[in-house]
Amino acid sequence: MTQNYIGAPITRKEDARFLTGRATYLDDIKRPGMLHAAILRSPHAHARIISIDTKEALSMPGVSAVITYNDLPASIQPIPVRIFNLPGLERCLQYPLAGDKVRYTGDPVAVVVAENRYIAEDALEVIAVDYEPLPAVADVREGLKDDVVLHDEAGTNLTGSTTLNVGDVDQAFSNAEYTRKEEFHTHRHTGNPLETRGLVAEYDAGTGQLSVWGPTKVPHFNRNILSNQLDMDRENIHFFEPDVGGGFGIRGEFYPEDFLVPFAAIRVGKPVKWVEDRMEHLMAANHSREVRCQVEIAAKKDGTLLGIRADIYGDMGAYVRTHGCVVPALTAGMLTGPYRIPSYRANINCVMTNKTGTGTYRGPGLYEGAFIRERMLDLVAADLGIDPAQLRLNNLVRPDEMPYTVGLTRIDGKETVFDSGNYPSAFNQALAKLDYQALKSQPRKASDGRYHGVGISSYVEPTGFGPYEGARITLTEGGIVKVYLGITTLGQGHETVMAQICADGLGVPMDSIQIFHGSTDYLPESVGTFGSRVTVMAGSAITMAAGALRAKILETSAAYLDTEPAQLELRAGQVYSKVSAGGPVLDLARVVQLAQEGNQTVPGEPGLEATEYFRIEEWTYSYGTHAAHVAVDAETGLIEILHYVVAEDVGRCINPLLTHGQSVGGAAQGIGGTILEELVYDSGGQLLAGTFMDYLLPTSRDIPPIDSIILEEAPSPLNPLGAKGAGEGAILATGATLANAVSDALADFGVNVTELPLSPDNIKRWIRESHP
Amino acid sequence: MTTNRSIRVTVNGQEYQREVEVRMTLADFLRESLDLTGTHLGCEHGVCGACTVLLNGEAVRSCLMLAVQTDGASIETVEGLAPDGELTSLQLAFQQNHALQCGFCTPGLLMTATAFLRETPNPTEEQIKDAISGNICRCTGYHSIIQAIKDVSQS
Amino acid sequence: MGISAKETPNVCDSNQIMKPPKFEYFAPETLAEATALLAEHGDDAKILAGGQSLMPMLNMRMVRPQVLVDLNGVADLGGVEQHLGGGLTIGALTRQRELERSPVVREAAPVISAAMPYLGHVQIRNRGTIGGSLSHADPAAELPALCTALDAQFVLTSSSGERTVPARDFFVTDLTTALEAQEILTQVRIPPPVDGSSWGFYEVCRREGDFALAGAVCMVHLDASGTCQDARIILFGVGGAPVRADAGVGALIGTKPDAASLQKAADAVSQELEPPGDIHASAQYRKEVGGVVVRRALAQALEGRSQ
Repeated sequence: MTQNYIGAPITRKEDARFLTGRATYLDDIKRPGMLHAAILRSPHAHARIISIDTKEALSMPGVSAVITYNDLPASIQPIPVRIFNLPGLERCLQYPLAGDKVRYTGDPVAVVVAENRYIAEDALEVIAVDYEPLPAVADVREGLKDDVVLHDEAGTNLTGSTTLNVGDVDQAFSNAEYTRKEEFHTHRHTGNPLETRGLVAEYDAGTGQLSVWGPTKVPHFNRNILSNQLDMDRENIHFFEPDVGGGFGIRGEFYPEDFLVPFAAIRVGKPVKWVEDRMEHLMAANHSREVRCQVEIAAKKDGTLLGIRADIYGDMGAYVRTHGCVVPALTAGMLTGPYRIPSYRANINCVMTNKTGTGTYRGPGLYEGAFIRERMLDLVAADLGIDPAQLRLNNLVRPDEMPYTVGLTRIDGKETVFDSGNYPSAFNQALAKLDYQALKSQPRKASDGRYHGVGISSYVEPTGFGPYEGARITLTEGGIVKVYLGITTLGQGHETVMAQICADGLGVPMDSIQIFHGSTDYLPESVGTFGSRVTVMAGSAITMAAGALRAKILETSAAYLDTEPAQLELRAGQVYSKVSAGGPVLDLARVVQLAQEGNQTVPGEPGLEATEYFRIEEWTYSYGTHAAHVAVDAETGLIEILHYVVAEDVGRCINPLLTHGQSVGGAAQGIGGTILEELVYDSGGQLLAGTFMDYLLPTSRDIPPIDSIILEEAPSPLNPLGAKGAGEGAILATGATLANAVSDALADFGVNVTELPLSPDNIKRWIRESHP
Repeated sequence: MTTNRSIRVTVNGQEYQREVEVRMTLADFLRESLDLTGTHLGCEHGVCGACTVLLNGEAVRSCLMLAVQTDGASIETVEGLAPDGELTSLQLAFQQNHALQCGFCTPGLLMTATAFLRETPNPTEEQIKDAISGNICRCTGYHSIIQAIKDVSQS
Repeated sequence: MGISAKETPNVCDSNQIMKPPKFEYFAPETLAEATALLAEHGDDAKILAGGQSLMPMLNMRMVRPQVLVDLNGVADLGGVEQHLGGGLTIGALTRQRELERSPVVREAAPVISAAMPYLGHVQIRNRGTIGGSLSHADPAAELPALCTALDAQFVLTSSSGERTVPARDFFVTDLTTALEAQEILTQVRIPPPVDGSSWGFYEVCRREGDFALAGAVCMVHLDASGTCQDARIILFGVGGAPVRADAGVGALIGTKPDAASLQKAADAVSQELEPPGDIHASAQYRKEVGGVVVRRALAQALEGRSQ
């Protein structure tokens, strides 16, 4: 197939509506007679609910309903785990409303439905809840003591654990010339998309159809959960995806509100809208990244890595959410990174604490694992007197070792196998772009009194998760191509990228393609948008469906032209003869007519449509290297990043403009996350970072010059496009890289960064503690 | 207690007369009473800038104003930039530079940039960075936005 | 930025509310009307000026005034005037953006012009007022410290008359000033600059435009021989109200300031500081960095920015 669009930096077709204020985000949706919901949330981190008095709220003018746990169906089930399950986690799931206990500040206790949000909030204030506060735990070390147990059914806060094992790691350690042990902690932070969560639900009692606007990310899965919870057939539930203001892994999982809002709509018999405000979002939407890890590394004196032993503790929060143990499991599963480490053991521990539940945030487990691993590598390099870059190059898996089997480091019991990659090439390009050698040879302390440092990190990342994804492509009136997808879009530009893939796959101009996504009515099932899987999975499904549709188009054309399909080709939206030169022999508008009932040239179903599913069990691995140059003001603890470089190989780059945007955006998000953002709790489980005054997002003045190098040196052998996921690579090594750079800058003080964030207060403290 | 007031306000060149609850914010007034949903709410406490509109030509956070305060004022929102649908050079520059991904911050940024460029038509990169520092974008990392504004100012 | 870390609610209290509670609204057109309203409603009333601090608190229902008195329509409360002697009179409702751009302010009180870009962002300065910032008295705000350093006088007006309070007596502690419930801060008077004095301004914050973790406004006055005759060191972000670092001043007067004496002054300041801690910076951090910002602001002043 000719490649006109794939690989081209095409500007997005969907931009016009966003630029003119005509996009339709969830809160822009207004349904006739619509009411508004607000949610009462626990102010306590841990407490028994003695009683709830809703009388005054119910009698407030403009209030239609006040819903508490007792109003939920008797058969209500807690929200299940979608992926990354472990035995034991099922004991700590969350019901849509708290029953006898609240377990984190923000735990939903009641729902008010009223004429507008102002009145709904007035009503929240007069709901009287009698709480009996209980002691709370806000740290995994406290949680592990089991002095305060969150879930009686579990009887412990260590609600799930498992071990990953590769080779004989104890043997490797007992024979090793060098070992080192450290403890690391990655701080709690999360995605904070600029649009908060929201839903509009409307139930038509006459037809028994429930419509919900707002679901995204994994709408089919969520629809199936809702169908179980409401005891409604899934075919009667229709999810519609509006325009979405970002997700980053946070938005779109099944939360309590995903049950409560439809339930409220059914109960009051009117459409109900709920839009989360920012304070709610900070305490109710998934947190992430918080991992504590005790780790040991074994190596030869020449720097050859022999083994890693790790105990990983994931701070799960108060309830296990739909992601199960993804954060500690991927931290453990990918801890060895792109390096040749023949033996490895990781104990994964899921610990409950009285904080908001955790889930994925862009690069889950990978950010944490990169920090742990890459800091260790710098420590090893320093101890053994080897240049940190050389140490890494010596141990990076080489292209001639591909495909490379790491071992059984997936908790689904399958082996981790790197499909393709040239890790040293990305590594060298990143360092060259940073001018690593020149920077390393400069003195640490500059004339302005600041300390300069350089940090590097390499990563490898599983993407393109299966097991399947589908695409339905229809050729319609006038030769318009309509592509129906189950995947969703949260800002990535799928409407453009999928159109590029379809255009090349089919042989039509991109302008003739319309992409429809996100509604559960488009395809019967879909796995969704996460883990950088859409280009690989939906893109491959489109490629297959386009091929099938093209075959049908040529068959219809051939029948009409009384020739063989093999003599024809479809190019730029027109059918051409392969054997005789000259202009097009048919245009698609005509072909559509030829396939219409009454005119059909090919017997069978009228119309031209193809539906295909791309199926795969293996994951495809993107990879890359980050490098940073920083200057640290040791007197104030402030960091200036002078240059940040990301080199990432995405296998096949469909749209360089958009991929570059993902890369720069991801790096920026990671820089903010590493230096500024932290979901701070006090020891009693109170969330102190409750607003944007305290949870600090990076602004235009906080983002340094970023160079993003997008590589296509190792296409994936696992899908027809050769693509790998491209959405997360640029964020996941930011903690590691900046921590290495700061440790390098402050080496004269003896600073060894083992925790995050790189806040000014922390930096001053580390200097003080290591340089008394 | 007087809870409502009548206001007369011009938005994107069109005059509106409405009765509003005194506690209603300007952002909610635009979105709910006038159906101008292009102005977005990201935080409602004056930090993110998604709600930025122009009040008598100056960029302000509409979540930090009451609708009643705009009686007699002239407001510009994103919908007014290209009323006939033809994208302005600023909007085109955003598209060309991929200066939007999810688009949620975009209206606020366009309004901030519009006021800024009217006052400083030939800014330096530092001035641009400064001018947009009150608008948070979670997706792009700002480089493409800065470039888009640069492109427009140089043309 | 509108409000600082110290004022954000313990989520215990606010229950994630983001729409204002009910209140009665007045938009007086004269000062007399405004003060009459305050006389009538006293503690039940709150003044709305720029709204950049009050509105977030209203949205979060951290404050629940029965009555809101909007001063934005009151005539003659804004504007910057320079007097013959070189002093300034600034109307309380003057927007921070106007202060930022004013050539008069740049000439008569250049340290204010230099500090303005650090106050939040353009959108905040377009609405925020000098009177609002001073009355709100956030401990990490720049304007209270600037006015204290400049020895400003504040005119407080009520229906029973006017009184003038010097800045150094106006700021009591976090968000608490000498204003009575029925008074409005209507004017800021800044004395003429002293010949031969120069100033410096330095703050440390996590992001530009945020409230400072620690900041300093410094004035030094050197005589012809280069000896320091007078100095002022005012810190913000390290206490409930702007902190006057007399120990630091004492270390400078009578000396010919050099790197060593600046460090000595900085150390004396740090020694004396007893700052609070919050999630952005510990008390220890502010204590140490308090000295650093003083030293850097003094260095700026000595580089000869003339007042």
